[in-house]
Amino acid sequence: MTMERSEWPLWEIFIRSQHGLAHKHVGSLHAPDAEMAIKNARDVYTRRNEGVSIWAVKSADVTATAPSEKGPLFEPANSKIYRHPTFFPMPDEVKHI
Amino acid sequence: MATDRQLFDFLLRLADSDLVLAQRLGEWVGHGPVLEEDIALTNVGLDLLGQARLWFAYAGEVEARFAGAGRSEDALAFSRDGGEFRNLLLVEQPNGNYADTMARQFYFDVWHQLLLVKLAHSCDTRIAEIAAKAKKEVAYHAERSADWIIRLGDGTDQSHARIQAAIDDLWMYTGEMFDPDETETVLAEEGIGCDVRTLAPAWREVIGSVLDEATLTVPAGTSMQRGGKNGVHTEHLGHMLATMQSLQRSYPGAQW
Repeated sequence: MTMERSEWPLWEIFIRSQHGLAHKHVGSLHAPDAEMAIKNARDVYTRRNEGVSIWAVKSADVTATAPSEKGPLFEPANSKIYRHPTFFPMPDEVKHI
Repeated sequence: MATDRQLFDFLLRLADSDLVLAQRLGEWVGHGPVLEEDIALTNVGLDLLGQARLWFAYAGEVEARFAGAGRSEDALAFSRDGGEFRNLLLVEQPNGNYADTMARQFYFDVWHQLLLVKLAHSCDTRIAEIAAKAKKEVAYHAERSADWIIRLGDGTDQSHARIQAAIDDLWMYTGEMFDPDETETVLAEEGIGCDVRTLAPAWREVIGSVLDEATLTVPAGTSMQRGGKNGVHTEHLGHMLATMQSLQRSYPGAQW
């Protein structure tokens, strides 16, 4: 016997702002389907004219890294200093780096 | 020739329907079925309240032309009795369950959008400007309420039964929207208002197609309630106003 889901699925909301080129994750919300997720996102996340485009993705469709894999996944990068260009001398005239 | 008094009366109808429905939607604050819906429905209510303010402000200016002094937005909203309200009977009906609220909203939104599209071409520039601003908001309201009708109708057996019952129960309050009286007729003839009878075919078409998609039946009843435009209301309005106006009635002119 399967349990019937009584809660609406969760959606991750991405909004492209007036000045940005990429959609940015702004949060999540519940909605019965994709179309309503967009409408809810419009009401929840764009009340102050924040965006020009909205994406909604089912949270269940997001594949994420597990916190327990943090070590193997990310730590090896720390010891490879040649990947972090922090030791190049920068000329003083170059700003905003 | 339309008098300022008729124009004032016409503006009050627009303002009062917006205000009364905004107040009804406000009653859902904190009680929505889910957080997202609570926010969304309240947004619609606030849109309507904003529109009501624009109509009231203009009504007050028109009133000053024939009465010497015009009332403020607050005075018009909070210091008139039920018999002076000119809103449609539909919008004063209680919230009921969520299907009742959405059915009421759907009937009103579709009509409201058609009306504002027409009024945006009013030869009264102030009316045209307010309508042009409001119609964008209302286009979204109409889309949203149609979405809900379809989802509730084409949802579970329980949601289907509830929304069909709501659609049927509120049907008798829809006739008034297309039934002009002398004020509306005069203003329509002069290009200030619009002939509401001409809105009926488009309204029926939208209602029919959405209800069809929602697997719902369009009510067949032809007996309609009317009276809101002339201040003859259902018993629900007085109770709503008692709550809405209590603060200004107890402390006239109170501000914060």
